[in-house]
Amino acid sequence: MSSGTLYDKVWDLHRIAELPGGGSQLFIGLHLIHEVTSPQAFAALAEKKLKVCCPERTIATVDHIVPTISQQRPFADPLAEEMLSTLEKNCEEHQIKLHGLHSGNQGIVHVIAPELGLSQPGMTIACGDSHTSTHGAFGAIAFGIGTSQVRDVLASQSLAMNKLKVRRIWVDGQLKNGVYAKDLILHVIRRLGVKGGVGYAYEFAGPAIEVLSMEERMTICNMAIEGGARCGYINPDETTFEYLKKHTQEIHKENWGKALIWWRSICSNPNAIYDDEVEINASQIAPTITWGITPGQGIGINECLPIPDLLEENEKAIAKEAYRYMDLKPGKPITGTPIDVCFIGSCTNGRLSDLQAAASIVKGRHVAKDVKAFVVPGSEQVSKEAKREGLDKIFLNSGFEWREPGCSMCLAMNPDRLEGSQISASSSNRNFKGRQGSANGRTLLMSPAMVAAAAIEGSITDVRNFISGN
Amino acid sequence: MKLNTDFPQGKIIKIQGNCLVLKGNDIDTDRIIPARFLKCVSFENLGEQVFADDRKELKGNHPFDDSNNKGASILIVNGNFGCGSSREHAPQALMRWGIRGLIGESFAEIFYGNCLALGIPCVTASKINLEEIQSAIEKKASDKYIIDLEKETFQNYNNEWKVSIEVGPKQMLISGQWDATSQLISNHHKLLKLHDQLPYLENFNN
Repeated sequence: MSSGTLYDKVWDLHRIAELPGGGSQLFIGLHLIHEVTSPQAFAALAEKKLKVCCPERTIATVDHIVPTISQQRPFADPLAEEMLSTLEKNCEEHQIKLHGLHSGNQGIVHVIAPELGLSQPGMTIACGDSHTSTHGAFGAIAFGIGTSQVRDVLASQSLAMNKLKVRRIWVDGQLKNGVYAKDLILHVIRRLGVKGGVGYAYEFAGPAIEVLSMEERMTICNMAIEGGARCGYINPDETTFEYLKKHTQEIHKENWGKALIWWRSICSNPNAIYDDEVEINASQIAPTITWGITPGQGIGINECLPIPDLLEENEKAIAKEAYRYMDLKPGKPITGTPIDVCFIGSCTNGRLSDLQAAASIVKGRHVAKDVKAFVVPGSEQVSKEAKREGLDKIFLNSGFEWREPGCSMCLAMNPDRLEGSQISASSSNRNFKGRQGSANGRTLLMSPAMVAAAAIEGSITDVRNFISGN
Repeated sequence: MKLNTDFPQGKIIKIQGNCLVLKGNDIDTDRIIPARFLKCVSFENLGEQVFADDRKELKGNHPFDDSNNKGASILIVNGNFGCGSSREHAPQALMRWGIRGLIGESFAEIFYGNCLALGIPCVTASKINLEEIQSAIEKKASDKYIIDLEKETFQNYNNEWKVSIEVGPKQMLISGQWDATSQLISNHHKLLKLHDQLPYLENFNN
């Protein structure tokens, strides 16, 4: 059993009680809500005549259903309009802060909470969205919950939970030029499998992790859930504290020293015990791309598509199913695969540094004929900052569309979606069947820079060919 | 189609009924309920939309469309069932279709918790046992089976297999305290004590 890890410490500090029926009661320091998984929770509260316990600890925004072309109200889709107006009504009724459209702070929930300085080390953070693991980048224990649990957090600011095991993923070496945080996490999931993390929290550590920026760390932790780990985290360090200094308004200058002491105190001890440890060498990772229907079906850009019969026993069936769905040929290279749609955005890769990386590839080049390419900033703040740097112009001049913030084509609960059997190069997090809105639409996951390169080439290509010095 | 609206309540000790076998690893919640059906402010209509795209693709040959499986309440799956999105719409859709218990090699974490919050046990079985269970059911879909949470068995009149459920969820279900809301609220006074040990709650002002 693990001990002395950040997970153990945060768990112990937030544990309120052992429940008579089994499980522990865990206090939730920050609760994030959005329009998709909260309405039924508020309805359940009303049904039970319950109030919101700590409205100041819940923060709301709207992201999944918002259109990214015209955000004029009422929305063209009456169901989307109903969801947003229900959220607005619930927030007003329960005095919950809502960062709505055109507030300057609206965006994908996992992009705005860090931006607003809400996500901090040592917190427990819950949200009715599986990518809540993102906030683990700050050394928080952050995890997705279902709607019944959203109800419980609203009613009690706590949850009935069972403790996870902890696996440390030690990443040695350094990522090479043209290889990004996205490639690293796709590689980890490929190595450990999509269910490798079930029952575990993932602690990402080691030299290759320590040098990552906060935004890169968010990309890593965001996809812990794709490896089956409900939460992933990185111990806070100087990089974390520097980010927080810029983004957190609430902690007064004179209290900063106290904050630092506490944040350092919750880090994993050097002699912490883990339930499991894994080592990965970052220097050997190539730009990585998924070819199948699970995020674990990834290969290096210069590898050939796997032969199902040569795979491990438990991967054969899903590989065959993936080939039937994806219409790709075993043994062929993934490079050169023609692309219909290129999507840059999402809670995985919709932050400023992602847009900068993609813009540096497309600058002075043009999107290939017949490719639809678009950029969806993760938040209003990201959009504003990107425009200030002129990134929108770079994308527009290259033939990309520049959109308003939202979840967009990551999950297609809005007008952005694939049609028919279109195939996309996508900086999002899931390549499940039908994920991008068409029942037979196909998704190849990769870094934003790789998406940019695919847009220019019109097919899958190694982004390193676009980077000088390679 | 008439769906079972007699949802779980109180002590969950045994699940009895017909079984439905759905083979395949890594069946994600986008497949269980595609995102477009999440555009709703109530869970009410989800039962009919369960596996909508998979069923459409198989044109009536999906296990959820097989008339032999009508009324089934136990779903037999393989590994990592329910991975992906945290949408409770997935277990809600299964529950509203009629599922009251699941047996598989393993379940995704969030899906498992969502099921528990609805009083639906997800029990695990070894790969070998699961293969035997699947073939027994496929031979005779009309047989009724029982998941016994106390004994951790899955059985019918002439067969019995060992299944497992973690201690915490097992207790919650058999004690009838899986719906934790009232227990959580009753500890409200304990929240106040946290301010000493969690200085972030006061922005490190104390």
